[in-house]
Amino acid sequence: MSVTKTIDARDTFCPGPLMELISYMKHATVGDVVELLSTDSGSANDIPEWVKKVGHEMVGTEQVEGVWHLKVRKAK
Amino acid sequence: MRILVVGGGTAGTIIANNLARRLGPETRAGKVRITMLSATDRHMYQPGLLYVAFGQMAPDQLYRDQASLLEPNIEFHVDPVKQFKPDRNQVVTEAGKTHEYDVMVIATGSRMVPDETPGLTEGAEFFYTEASAVKMYKALREFQGGRVAVAVGVPHKCPIAPVEVMFSLNDYFKARGIRDKVQLKYHYPIGRIHTIENVAKWAKPEFDKIGVEYETLFNIKEVDAKNKILKSEEGTEVNYDMLIVIPQHRGMEVIERDNMGQGGWIPTDRYKLTMNGHDNVYVVGDTTNLPVSKTGSAAHFQAEVVAENIASIVKIGAPVRDYDGKVYCFIEAGHEKATYAMFNYLNPPDLKPPSKPMHWFKLSYNQMYWTSVRGLL
Repeated sequence: MSVTKTIDARDTFCPGPLMELISYMKHATVGDVVELLSTDSGSANDIPEWVKKVGHEMVGTEQVEGVWHLKVRKAK
Repeated sequence: MRILVVGGGTAGTIIANNLARRLGPETRAGKVRITMLSATDRHMYQPGLLYVAFGQMAPDQLYRDQASLLEPNIEFHVDPVKQFKPDRNQVVTEAGKTHEYDVMVIATGSRMVPDETPGLTEGAEFFYTEASAVKMYKALREFQGGRVAVAVGVPHKCPIAPVEVMFSLNDYFKARGIRDKVQLKYHYPIGRIHTIENVAKWAKPEFDKIGVEYETLFNIKEVDAKNKILKSEEGTEVNYDMLIVIPQHRGMEVIERDNMGQGGWIPTDRYKLTMNGHDNVYVVGDTTNLPVSKTGSAAHFQAEVVAENIASIVKIGAPVRDYDGKVYCFIEAGHEKATYAMFNYLNPPDLKPPSKPMHWFKLSYNQMYWTSVRGLL
């Protein structure tokens, strides 16, 4: 699966990783896969929570050297 | 060296004035030329719009003539850029003039785009422009009671504003003696009531105390203005009698038209503040794609770094500082009290209890701003 876009939201408190993801998803095309990089410990929970609620799809979650790599496919 | 500053808002004005002072001898000797291109001859203090929306400031208090804010060795033109040509070190203006540069600063800011959300312009009040803030005040004045819903688009500038507007609404309706007839409900895009965790932790009990209800994970999808229903991307609906929205924002159209950045946000190095792929182009304030608050405060601190670095390049041939992500935001907390959030890339804000002196400091800053953009504060 190829990543369409990588969003570097490491070391940010405002607007924060989820806000960055929401911004990008508005303009993405259905089927696009975005990889979000985050150093926020809450991202592993709050990103999948929003993705599930809004109806997109989590396609990857892993932590590498303290950085969360969260992959989301735009589903609608 | 030809330095071109595109944009006469907070960042552009601070950079131009700061450079004009640092490079006074060089400009007098004709070795450096500083030119500013702006879309308007007036400069607006944008944080004042919240006060206009509550009848606490008149719109004319928000403006100064841009030329009056600039050092005399800055060449100022009201002639916005129509086309950027970063590969040729040129811009073309609306008037058809071509400006060449050795160093360019892009500080063109952002704009709200409510028309991109179905029904929003017809159904909601805003306060991010002079006209909308005046309209919102008139609507508030006419309001006699019912459900007031506040919702937030993404991305938006001034991320503290959603919280501040709730405290202001509570104070306003209390002062009119109709607070018990008004239901205040706040809707926020992520899973807590503010994106900054410490602000959310502080604001939640404050909202509970003043009777503000809240719904999180709520992203605006559309507004049914006729039936007064706000609908979210997450599938929920809210009935309202008055809807106040902070709409989603975009950068300026020319940025998107010239394919310089999706959404009008230019890809920027988070420390150097240079445009990716163009080391002689700096991007500051709302115009960047950085994961940094779109606020006058961030613009101010970025502007100081960029001005110092450009001046150093002129004087010693190298920049001297990195931007560390610093932001300092006042937070109006109601009851004539305020606090602040100060943070950078690595250190989160540590909120202090709101106080009256901090509110007075904010009111003072509303005037001190004019000293700030002159590059004196």
